[in-house]
Amino acid sequence: MSARPIDSLFAEGPKALNLGLEKFAAALAREGAPVAQVEWKPPAGGDVRAIAALDRIASRATVDIDAANAEAVRRILAAKPTVIGIGVAKDVVPGMHRKLVLHAGPPVAWKDMSGPMRGAVMGGLIHEGLAKTGAEAEALAASGEIEFDSCHHHDSVGPMAGVMTASMPVWIVENKAFGNRAYCTLNEGLGKVLRYGAYGDEVQERLSWMRDSLAPILAEALKMRGPIDMTTVIAQVLQMGDEGHNRNRAGTSTIIRELAPHLVMVDAPKADISKVLAFLNANDHFFLNLTMPSAKCAVDAAAGIEGSTVITTMARNGTEFGIKLSGLPGRWFTGPASVVEGLYLPGYTAADAARDIGDSVITETSGIGGFAMAAAPAIVKFVGGSPADAIDVTLRMYEITLGESEQYRIPALDFRGTPTGIDARKVVETGILPAINTGIAHREPGVGMVGAGLVKPPENVFRDAIIAFAERYAK
Amino acid sequence: MKRILVRKDAYYDSVFLMLASRELEAADGVNGAIVAMGTPMNLELLAELGYGVAEGGEALAGAGPGDLVVAVDCADAAAAEKAVALAIDLVTRKKGPAAQAGQAYPRAASAAGALKLLPDANLAVISVPGAYAAREARLALERGLHVMIFSDNVSLEDEIELKKLAVSKGLLLMGPDCGTAIIGGKPLCFANVVSRGPVGIVAASGTGLQEVSCLVDRAGVGVSQAIGCGGRDLKNEKVGGMTSLLAIEGLERDPETKVLLVVSKPPAPGTAAKVVAALAEGGKPAVVYFLGLKERSADADPVYHAASLEEAAALAAAFAKSGADGAARMAAAAATRVRLDAEAAQGLGEIAAREAARLGPGQQFLRGLYAGGTVADEALFIADAELGQVRSNNQTDPALVLADPRKSEGHTIVDLGDDVFTVGKPHPMIDPSQRNARILEEGKDPETAVLLLDVVLGYGSHDDPAGATLEAIAEARAAAAARGGYLPVVASVIGTGADPQGYAAQAAKLEAAGVVVMPSNRRAALFAVEIAKAAARGSTAKGGAR
Repeated sequence: MSARPIDSLFAEGPKALNLGLEKFAAALAREGAPVAQVEWKPPAGGDVRAIAALDRIASRATVDIDAANAEAVRRILAAKPTVIGIGVAKDVVPGMHRKLVLHAGPPVAWKDMSGPMRGAVMGGLIHEGLAKTGAEAEALAASGEIEFDSCHHHDSVGPMAGVMTASMPVWIVENKAFGNRAYCTLNEGLGKVLRYGAYGDEVQERLSWMRDSLAPILAEALKMRGPIDMTTVIAQVLQMGDEGHNRNRAGTSTIIRELAPHLVMVDAPKADISKVLAFLNANDHFFLNLTMPSAKCAVDAAAGIEGSTVITTMARNGTEFGIKLSGLPGRWFTGPASVVEGLYLPGYTAADAARDIGDSVITETSGIGGFAMAAAPAIVKFVGGSPADAIDVTLRMYEITLGESEQYRIPALDFRGTPTGIDARKVVETGILPAINTGIAHREPGVGMVGAGLVKPPENVFRDAIIAFAERYAK
Repeated sequence: MKRILVRKDAYYDSVFLMLASRELEAADGVNGAIVAMGTPMNLELLAELGYGVAEGGEALAGAGPGDLVVAVDCADAAAAEKAVALAIDLVTRKKGPAAQAGQAYPRAASAAGALKLLPDANLAVISVPGAYAAREARLALERGLHVMIFSDNVSLEDEIELKKLAVSKGLLLMGPDCGTAIIGGKPLCFANVVSRGPVGIVAASGTGLQEVSCLVDRAGVGVSQAIGCGGRDLKNEKVGGMTSLLAIEGLERDPETKVLLVVSKPPAPGTAAKVVAALAEGGKPAVVYFLGLKERSADADPVYHAASLEEAAALAAAFAKSGADGAARMAAAAATRVRLDAEAAQGLGEIAAREAARLGPGQQFLRGLYAGGTVADEALFIADAELGQVRSNNQTDPALVLADPRKSEGHTIVDLGDDVFTVGKPHPMIDPSQRNARILEEGKDPETAVLLLDVVLGYGSHDDPAGATLEAIAEARAAAAARGGYLPVVASVIGTGADPQGYAAQAAKLEAAGVVVMPSNRRAALFAVEIAKAAARGSTAKGGAR
């Protein structure tokens, strides 16, 4: 017996990967030879600089990238996000102060902000009592007196505009495995809400009520309930038809169940408690603001690993889409935020849509949301209409990820774990972009949500990141 | 009325798109159409053709090689609208059935993903655009896979580097520009379905390999493996036969292989010696045919030298059947050569004279129109030796290279698979329309005395190459008849009974249309030469009579 590869090829016949012309695969299959078809596309969309960077990384990296990535994936999968309480932003969020406005996505200057983002900033300033009217708020925002920063720079995440100001109540989620925390505001519901850029009286009244009534009551109930292990809850909701981003009905229901016995025990007027329960019940997306900081603290634990190409942040601010790699901490790679391809609420069309916005894509970064599309048959119309389309979306994501979740499993895929740990190299090599579910904001501030759909991140951010990675690790 | 549409991130391979473009151009109201990927070359081409911003081409500026570009030139706006819709329909619809047929095998978006689905894969077949083929090949070799590169336009430097890497890993790198191979009885790319047997073939690539494997099959013997090494493997000194030598070594060890058959254009001198030495050392009986060498080298058992593809196949088949010692082989070789000569001579002159007698005055030249490059070469050498002054785009004598390969002059054998004809157009083996147009041209030429054709079957080739050519043949013959002449057509069919198109059915279609079908390309060429000779004699005689 010879072990030479050519001998076994002759003896066993071809078992072929076919890259290119499909008819060659069909012929082999017809002749009874095992074959797998590669639906080949030019790597990196034919971008020669990115291809060269990939090749350099493959041939002369100065670090063990695979080991670094394995560690990054291990940390994401080992995360134990736990809701430990509700606090006030200025008391708990690192670096928060009265004249700081945090927003979703990579950093963006006031002058470059999109309509919904500007509206939300104005609403936040009014909420803080720093301005009385929209016009005043606008002038203040432009005055240079207000500091703006990315939520991500303060261990926080925010849906859509993601505006967080000093007096807002926030969820505190701690990653019990690594000790790091993440923060997120409480979800306001649908319609005219701050995160879609509305800032009028209705919005102000709700924000005040949330600060003065909702948050204290929930905080009290949570204290009685004790910390909530989010891994367990998310694992459950993925088996109840949620994917962890665009559909939150099961998650919100579960949270109500978890809190209800304790809510009724809170020392507050019955009417107030009832209003809290009614608010939760009317807001399917209430759970999203718990999933997001859970995902955030999970991926944050994997940030800053020398030599890792795992993506630890994806975020949009309505103007730009940005990502960060574990091995290049502190660096954003950004590109223009795209127009969302989606379905619109009655009365709205694509012409009404703002560009892609929000930190909620942190869910995809951690391996759920669009990556778990196969778990959410109720919203398959966003990805083509049939459950098979949803399964395809998730299956594609396994091609750009390095691991599979032990906890989050998808019934339709025979309880296979969700694809986790996005490798920027694979994204660039295959041209398969992360599948991202998202809501669509109206382009004008104050109108609200006009639809939901799928967004395609700009390809250049992944290529730029890989080129920068090659410069750093494969000179 | 020009119109442009860019579809981001929709990759299709070029052969597929060329066929779609052709279908689109045939639609009503369409003057011109290009459906192509947004490569820099294609974008330049569109600009040259006058497609600009006015037609919606502003999107072109941002188009990349992964984006589909549809450009149409139509009679009016309505037709343009319809044409664009049809283009999208063509590309998406055609992806449909293929994707459905794909249920039979797994598919993935990347080689790494496919490898997860077929973890014991041992070979990567690469037919992606040449600019990317080398990279994919390197990645495959690094994954421990043997590689067949069907793609052309891979640089010599890349080929050398890849083959060194392959040799260092003991992996077979077939190609680049390798059209055909048979591994473990399975046809790869453009290969025929031949029976399995003891003959192991090493060839540059393409129709030379197809012809010998089919002839071996027809001789009642079979093929163990057929390795395509790429046109430069033996020819270029720097490549030095790296793949051929590894393949020979493998076949010498392969228990199924009893006889080796090596077919190539003349190798670099040092490389030829290495090949012959490797065969001699390996010890299994071997047949070598270096296409185009004027003098056949002397046999030195166990290595024998053939003077044609037909002889090479016949000798290999004879050795597979003959006794195992040198004396038996020498006897078999001698007997085979005698038999081939007899067969070639049998009735040839008579039938040729009968055909030639029907020619009109002025009909004097042989015109060979080939889809296969190596068989075109074989015909060219035969015709050049017999008739002299045969022009071709493949001529090694610069004085006899066709000034314009699109126009025949005197005796002409043209390789229609040459790059000149295939830039932006499908290869004539896939799509016979270019050759059909040329058949009509030759039919119009009053000097054409005989048409010589190859009809290539097998996977990859047109579904019905004979059938698709009949109309053009009939029309060319009618044109000759209308002038009071007659146009003999001679063809050989490269294929087997097990090929999807079926040898017998294809040959029968040609014969029913009055085509003389010969059992090999060599015999077809000899027959055409005989007619040309008879035509020359006839026209001298007739000229004399006038």
